[in-house]
Amino acid sequence: MRYEAPDTIKAAVGLLSKAKGTSRILAGGTDLLVQMRSGMVEPDLVVNIKGIPGMRDIVADKGGYRIGAAVSGAELEEHGKVGQMWPGVVEATNLIGSTQIQGRATMVGNLCNASPAADSVPAMIAAGATARVVGPKRTRDVPVESIATAPGKTSLAKGEFVSSVFLPKPPARTGSAYLRFIPRTEMDIAVVAAGIAMTLNAKGVITAARVSLGAVAARALLVDACAEAIIGSTLDDAALDRLAAAASAAAKPITDKRGTVEFRTKVAGVLARRAAVIAYDRARG
Amino acid sequence: MPLDANTPDLRTEFKSVGTRPNRPDGVDKVTGRARFGADFSAPGQLVGLVLRSPHAHARIKSIDTSAAEALPGVKAVITYKDIPEQEGCDKDVLVNIMARGTALYDGHAVAAVAATDAAVARKALKLIKVDYKVLKHVTDVDEAMKPSAPVLHPGRFEPVDYNSLETASHVSGKQETKTKTREGSNIAGRYVFGHGDVDKGFKQADIIVEHEFKTEATHQGYIEPHACVASVSSDGMAELWVCTQGPFMVRDVCASLLGMDVSRLRVTPSEIGGGFGGKTTVFIEPVALALSRKAGKPVKVVMSRSEVFRCTGPTSSASMWVKIGAKKDGTFVAADAVLKYQGGAFPGSPVEMGAMCAFACYDLRNVRIVGYDVVTNRPKQAAYRAPGAPMSAFAVEGVIGEIADKLGIDAIDIRLKNAAKEGTVSSYGPTFGPVGLVETLEAAKAHKNYKVKLGKNQGRGVASGFWFNFAGNTCVSINLNVDGTLALALGTVDIGGSRASMCLMAAEELGIAYDDVRAIIADTSSLGYNDISEGSRVTFSSGLATIKAVRDLKKRMCGRAAKIWGIPEDAVKWENGAAHPAGANAGGFDPLSIKEIAAQASATGGPLAGHYEINAEGAGPSFATHVCDVEVDPETGAMKVLRYLVVQDAGKAIHPSYVEGQYQGGAVQGIGWVLNEEYFYGKDGTLQNAGFLDYRIPVCSDVPMIDTVIVEVPNPGHPYGVRGVGETSIVPPLACVANAVSSAIGVRARTLPMSPPKVLAAIEGVAASKA
Amino acid sequence: MSAVHVSTKINGDDVEFVCRPDESLLDVLRDRLGMTGSKEGCGTGDCGSCSVTLDGRLVCSCLVMGAEVGGHEIGTIEGMAQGDKLHPLQQKFLEGAALQCGICTPGFLIAARALLERNMDPTETEVRYWLAGNLCRCTGYDKIVRAVMDTAKDMRKAAAKSSAKKPAAKKSPAKKTAKKGARHAA
Ligand SMILES: Cc1cc2nc3c(=O)[nH]c(=O)nc-3n(C[C@H](O)[C@H](O)[C@H](O)COP(=O)(O)OP(=O)(O)OC[C@H]3O[C@@H](n4cnc5c(N)ncnc54)[C@H](O)[C@@H]3O)c2cc1C
Ligand code: FES
Ligand code: FES
Repeated sequence: MRYEAPDTIKAAVGLLSKAKGTSRILAGGTDLLVQMRSGMVEPDLVVNIKGIPGMRDIVADKGGYRIGAAVSGAELEEHGKVGQMWPGVVEATNLIGSTQIQGRATMVGNLCNASPAADSVPAMIAAGATARVVGPKRTRDVPVESIATAPGKTSLAKGEFVSSVFLPKPPARTGSAYLRFIPRTEMDIAVVAAGIAMTLNAKGVITAARVSLGAVAARALLVDACAEAIIGSTLDDAALDRLAAAASAAAKPITDKRGTVEFRTKVAGVLARRAAVIAYDRARG
Repeated sequence: MPLDANTPDLRTEFKSVGTRPNRPDGVDKVTGRARFGADFSAPGQLVGLVLRSPHAHARIKSIDTSAAEALPGVKAVITYKDIPEQEGCDKDVLVNIMARGTALYDGHAVAAVAATDAAVARKALKLIKVDYKVLKHVTDVDEAMKPSAPVLHPGRFEPVDYNSLETASHVSGKQETKTKTREGSNIAGRYVFGHGDVDKGFKQADIIVEHEFKTEATHQGYIEPHACVASVSSDGMAELWVCTQGPFMVRDVCASLLGMDVSRLRVTPSEIGGGFGGKTTVFIEPVALALSRKAGKPVKVVMSRSEVFRCTGPTSSASMWVKIGAKKDGTFVAADAVLKYQGGAFPGSPVEMGAMCAFACYDLRNVRIVGYDVVTNRPKQAAYRAPGAPMSAFAVEGVIGEIADKLGIDAIDIRLKNAAKEGTVSSYGPTFGPVGLVETLEAAKAHKNYKVKLGKNQGRGVASGFWFNFAGNTCVSINLNVDGTLALALGTVDIGGSRASMCLMAAEELGIAYDDVRAIIADTSSLGYNDISEGSRVTFSSGLATIKAVRDLKKRMCGRAAKIWGIPEDAVKWENGAAHPAGANAGGFDPLSIKEIAAQASATGGPLAGHYEINAEGAGPSFATHVCDVEVDPETGAMKVLRYLVVQDAGKAIHPSYVEGQYQGGAVQGIGWVLNEEYFYGKDGTLQNAGFLDYRIPVCSDVPMIDTVIVEVPNPGHPYGVRGVGETSIVPPLACVANAVSSAIGVRARTLPMSPPKVLAAIEGVAASKA
Repeated sequence: MSAVHVSTKINGDDVEFVCRPDESLLDVLRDRLGMTGSKEGCGTGDCGSCSVTLDGRLVCSCLVMGAEVGGHEIGTIEGMAQGDKLHPLQQKFLEGAALQCGICTPGFLIAARALLERNMDPTETEVRYWLAGNLCRCTGYDKIVRAVMDTAKDMRKAAAKSSAKKPAAKKSPAKKTAKKGARHAA
């Protein structure tokens, strides 16, 4: 195994493009080192991107924020302003692991690890975030939901990696929230999760919404039926019931050591409803 | 003689005992200097790694180690052939440390390598080719008792008449067809306890409650993985540094497995990073010795966390049936139970102790308990804090909770009504001496937590528990240093502050300052045999031996004073750290302090030391009552423990902080057991959650402060009244939390863990049945 | 596997080492540098007994590659006491019996110090969530949480005293951390 710490994106892309065998980007390493230790991956090349200028920066951009691929959860929290704009995303990211994990783990690593239970992903999807993919041919911006394709699999081509995530400027009266269910209070992987963002008009009627569910399918789902269930409403009980039913209907989970099909299906609805209430309150300000 | 007259056997007033000084090993532990198992290294050591079976049950057709042996850097590869069976060794332990012909569980050791570094060792493991024939497996205790189950040890355990099993009529409901297979069965043992006539008793009952219960296996979860460094020289002299609860046990077992003279093997225990019973046997130690013997170099073996979960002993999983009958006023008239515990791939589940403890809290006329020890394709169980007792208490205390609810009697009152006390003939035979269950119940009832008003979706649970406490073989030396300070050599490993407690008792007995005594844990060549630090025996047994060794030393010191003063020995008494003339007749000498006696030791006959060895008896049982409040989220089944109270009889708390610590630690382990901890097996019989992320022990934010009340009903078997305190605290929590959940949302959980999916399903079931 | 040469700073001292790229910082500390105060309870980020600070931030040293610490500053348990003077947290842990077996203790101390450096007035909930990545199987956490809260109290008292003496002194660090306790969990 070779370890490299390039100082430009170009150099990193060059290393990845030329590498034979298995290569891996090292961001926070909180997934990668665990996988290496268990023998799940045995990379021939590890490319640490933390030394590339810009990777650890959060930059205001077009009214929103561009977050570098090596920004840790703790740094994101300490920034403050991103959290005011997109509380759902920052709270979701800060749920990852422990204080120690927060010191290292990145949103982009969470995204590119492609776990169906990744916490920041449903929140980013709900926020309409895009990922900037750099590579040997070109740089492209894609919706975050297009990165993960299946557990552990991404749409990134050889030589490509994600250099940043962009959180757009939300319209006025937008609120976001993310909730997950875990058996403990901390140090757990989501059994089921829901991320929501919604925008209201001046009367408090929901005019736009994005609802994403985690850990109920092979990758995080963007569920239009959930959005439709609440758009046009003031999030009254009937709308919440429709939302919960739509979320449970969209859930296609499995039974494993972390939860059962029945549990995940039911609780997907419960969390969607609870997250919606929080997001709605935030949108009203 | 005057010495004894001045040191009555049961002391009730104390100067040092009952205070809370800093522990002698404390600074090393807060500065990172203390050396735990993996912190030892030997010059030139190799790294040892173990190859483990990926199958739950498989015949090993062949093992080809040639490629691994040829890898540069590999110094030894061993299989069972390198550990030939010795006469008189424990065959089950031998087979457990290295599979012989059949892999009996996922993680069973198959081969091991020693290499110059970890990377080479890992590579070597991959080069070992094992040809397996996968066999049918069974991991569930009820399944393992069926005639259709694969038999783990063909021909070893009597074939069973399945129709005659208590299980058949009481539990499964269905009658198994009567088959006696040639291969025998997985039922390794049957135990029966009780007295009176259960059937007659039930006829007097106004109410009878009976249910089936199931608990999953849980792991001790010590944070320090097993680790050792073995060094065998070409002349057969061997050293072993190891984290263990029982260095003498490790020495004797390893010597017998490897065919060594006991004198050749010296075992030095490291500081131990938790054990809870899990470090009372050997796993990697004989393997490391065998590797070192073959490689001719020291070998260090450290388990990974996943190895700890897959291959070391969790406790049993259990399937139980309990039936209790009571009068309207709450008096129990009969109690009956069938317990089935699987102990992994070998006999020895703690079902016998589970059966003995099941009804031990209660004064019962008619009681019967039948226990089955069952083998399955799981790792060999190891002791876990009050082995066997938490499961049976879960079932029994759950039924009692339901009876109390149905009769409308307060949960503490119904226990008070039936509580075992001095003179009660226990359900497992002996008659109790002075015991403190009633005192714990009364203190729990009087505690502020019992009066807090509960809110919506909140509930309160109560449960009591019992543990025998062990005594056993113990040997202690105390040496007087030239300056009058003391060196106390103990043979029982310190798992939670016991050195501090021993120093307190020595200081108390001598009438000197705590800081003047330094306790160390001796290696196996420096002190006589000591049993394992288990069964809550250390403070009792080593404490007893420490006190007696000090009394031996005091006698000798009085003798020296007598010599100096020229008066008879029995005219000298010991008081407040000095020898005094016993009375006016003895002469008007100024007292001789311990420092003065020490300074003159050489001139008066040589070094001074005290010594004591005993196979102790008289450990007093410790009872506890726990009270817990929970809140349940009815939409998700999530549970939060709001308040938790432990009331337990310590006999005498030598160092109250460490007594509280035992109460709190045991309670939180129990909370983990009831809420989330479990061994989760896949269809293929492999363990799915061999790590701390998915084997969910409680984290800091999961639990509240654990309130404690120390009750002290002195144990007459110990000079200071000490009872063991380490284990009882894990017995009540399972039922206590389950009873609280039932009071919160009306759902009785009878299958552990009560993880949210199960609780939610139960809530929905109740809602559906009401609709 | 080509070895990597690394120059770094540990507890204020310059340190150089050579390691294989697959070695974690914890492996390097324990096996190459003989600093065995950081413990390995899992090697996978779940137990916190390997906690160290990296440029002042709390991390699991088992999830940091040895190769990537060049030019950074590492703080371990071995550097917590100043000479023979224990850090106030070490002293409190000792006095309050906040350890039983002690294997988790170095990790808890490093984690608790990182908390108190950011927040001298944490609530019990904040302490519990901050320390949720540190497993202790012996104590049930009660005495650990108390020791941390008691130390914070002492530190606040000391800070108040010194700022009363010199009114110009810096105020105690702003409370800005450990929001985790308050965050919305299901
Ligand atoms: C104890 C513990 C608890 C955890 N708890 C949670 C939790 O609660 N919720 C949760 O969602 N996750 C959890 N995780 C998983 C992990 O911490 C997160 O997924 C984290 O966000 C990963 O980020 P990282 O920067 O550490 O990723 P890394 O480990 O550095 O990388 C993860 C993967 O993504 C690839 N990658 C990283 N960056 C890029 C990039 N820029 N472009 C392309 N590929 C890239 C890597 O090659 C690797 O395959 C936990 C992990 C541990 C050890
Ligand atoms: S050893 Fe690093 S977290 Fe457990
Ligand atoms: S004191 Fe033993 S694990 Fe914490």
